[in-house]
Amino acid sequence: MRTLSTRHLLLATLLAAGTAQAGTVNIESWRVDDKALWEEVLIPAFQKKNPGIQVKFTPTAPTEYDSSLTARLTGGTAGDLITCRPFDKSLDLFKKGQLEKLDGKAGMENFPASAKVAWQTDDGKTAYCMPMASVIHGYFYNKKIFKELNLQVPKTQAEFFAAMEKIKAAGKTPIALGTADQWESNQTVLTNVGANSWKGEDGRKALIAGKAKFTDPQFVAAWEQLSKMGPLMGKGASAQTYADSQNLFAMGKAGVYPAGSWDIAYFNKEGMDFGAFPPPVAKAGDQCYISDHTDIGMGVNPKAKNKADAYKFLAWLGSQEFADLYTNKVTGFFSLSNHLISVQDPVAKQMLDWRKTCKSTIRLNAQIMNRGTPAMENELWNVSSQVLNGKMAPKEAAVQIQSGFAKWYAPQQK
Amino acid sequence: MKRWHIVLFLAPAVLIYSVFSALPLLDTLRLGFYTTNDAGVAHFSGFSNYFTILTDPAWSSAFWNAMGNNFKFFLIHLLIQNPIGLILATFLSLKGLKFARQYRTFIFLPTLLSVVIIGFIWQLILSPLWGVSESILNAVGLGAYFQPWLGEEGSALITLALISVWQFVGIPMMLIYAALLAVPEDIVEAAYVEGASAWRIFWEIKLPLILPTLGLVTILTYVGNFNAFDLIYSVKGAIAGPNYSTDILGTLFYRTFFGYQSQIGSPTMGAAVATLMFLVILCGVGAYFYFVQRKLTRYEL
Repeated sequence: MRTLSTRHLLLATLLAAGTAQAGTVNIESWRVDDKALWEEVLIPAFQKKNPGIQVKFTPTAPTEYDSSLTARLTGGTAGDLITCRPFDKSLDLFKKGQLEKLDGKAGMENFPASAKVAWQTDDGKTAYCMPMASVIHGYFYNKKIFKELNLQVPKTQAEFFAAMEKIKAAGKTPIALGTADQWESNQTVLTNVGANSWKGEDGRKALIAGKAKFTDPQFVAAWEQLSKMGPLMGKGASAQTYADSQNLFAMGKAGVYPAGSWDIAYFNKEGMDFGAFPPPVAKAGDQCYISDHTDIGMGVNPKAKNKADAYKFLAWLGSQEFADLYTNKVTGFFSLSNHLISVQDPVAKQMLDWRKTCKSTIRLNAQIMNRGTPAMENELWNVSSQVLNGKMAPKEAAVQIQSGFAKWYAPQQK
Repeated sequence: MKRWHIVLFLAPAVLIYSVFSALPLLDTLRLGFYTTNDAGVAHFSGFSNYFTILTDPAWSSAFWNAMGNNFKFFLIHLLIQNPIGLILATFLSLKGLKFARQYRTFIFLPTLLSVVIIGFIWQLILSPLWGVSESILNAVGLGAYFQPWLGEEGSALITLALISVWQFVGIPMMLIYAALLAVPEDIVEAAYVEGASAWRIFWEIKLPLILPTLGLVTILTYVGNFNAFDLIYSVKGAIAGPNYSTDILGTLFYRTFFGYQSQIGSPTMGAAVATLMFLVILCGVGAYFYFVQRKLTRYEL
């Protein structure tokens, strides 16, 4: 079977771009948007310190990255350095022997334990990717609209929905959000606004330990926020794509935008005047929680043709210089290292400063929960989109997710 | 000596067909009988993949949903695309029609465009934010009837099927047009001289003579629709929302084989889905040949 399936994969590989040459360190990534930055800033900065090492950044489109990377790794034509998705996607590669152990390698000492969680075995003993960056979620708001309508930045959910009603009454779209692409419903909406409801890590760990269920009030409350947001989205939101929502907000036609910090770069480019606020809490004075998601890591291909040079590059990825360049040049991605860096972009700085007052948590289902069948990430996209569209009650959404989870996860079956 | 030639001339076709068509197909059928463990090692497991797909509620509901949607997708093509193709071909084959060639080219043109472009253009046309459909409906006073058709569970699949019909209507039109041209002139003229109306000539002479082509068009539509994937994927993505209402066998296969987001791809399970798709198509084509094609040939001149 092995050889025959390799032949299928070889065909896929022939179609894919990444051809490895001896003498060059090839980097696999899904960050197509950052190609110019790697080629013009990051790689030259590395080569200044390490002359003579050739590095090539060869990204694949995000939607095709996982499948084409698997094909190239199996076919033996993948690059030397592999950009790692967090948690199970990469753990799966490590288990198949397609990523090297990184314990004790140069650069790894610069990262706190909390950053390494996304790229280690379940027992926490072995690391296989170096943490690169996280993204933070919250709301962006249109400063001009807020000023015109004399609105304050909302701190509680009641204030938030009152402000949205005022924007609606003024004839603008309150929330720039659509469900055509579905992923936003979970990644920038549910795990963003819900963290306050399930109290971040407490809620997430209780689910993994089997001490809480999705049908418990703290999780249903998250979907209840979504069902209230639904009527505040634009007309025809069910056919509105991610790009549509970005445009709508960039054109100044919408009040707020549920955001990932990576969106900063786009709105800056559009020359927008916007600010950010963390997801509102239930009552004034409540502890706030933010989705501060470990998103990108970097690992080494065991079959790398230039392993020694790849490790040199990896060591540089753990340096102060890289942390500074990456955080400030790739606006909206925050280095996970211990190095002290000053953030220049005002909105990025604002979001990073939330870490001082709010407790960080990763996306609810990112660790362990995504492992089974039915695939929870896909299920969450589906039910959360339906709740936003008013096609499903918050309670039903919770029941569907819980029954899928309990089907395969032993601690939830008690 | 003569036989040696036969082998030589057949070799290229046989070789290319077996390496690129027959072997992968057989290998897919075989792969469906295996499962892989966490370390990626495959072992033989008999019918367990098929058992899971057809009996495990999580898999079977997705499978039958995709199958049902696929049938709807096919029926819309069969009942809308092919009759329109027949009507267009009949008009085009009328004598003395001005600009017949230009019409033919324009109707056939969308077929040549990439599905990704078609999907993108129609998504813009139907967009609730920037679409032209809403302004057009407003202009004729029907603005209140505008809906985000691609986003509603009840209308998304029908809308996608109609987009596909719009794109591919040129193919049945061309095939039927060619068949209509092949209808012998003297029979039509004889009927005309006998006093048959154009309507009667169409129903009682032309239609029976082009029936084999209509059958061929039907079976091509069937095979094409049950292998469909690209339009749904380019417009709705692999999760085929809302609530899997546009999920067809092709998108289900893609998610199973390659994986999507947290769903880890499984080549063996994917091969089982592919085999089921193959069986559905095989049964359809088999039934067509057994029940329809054999009878049709008798009418041929």
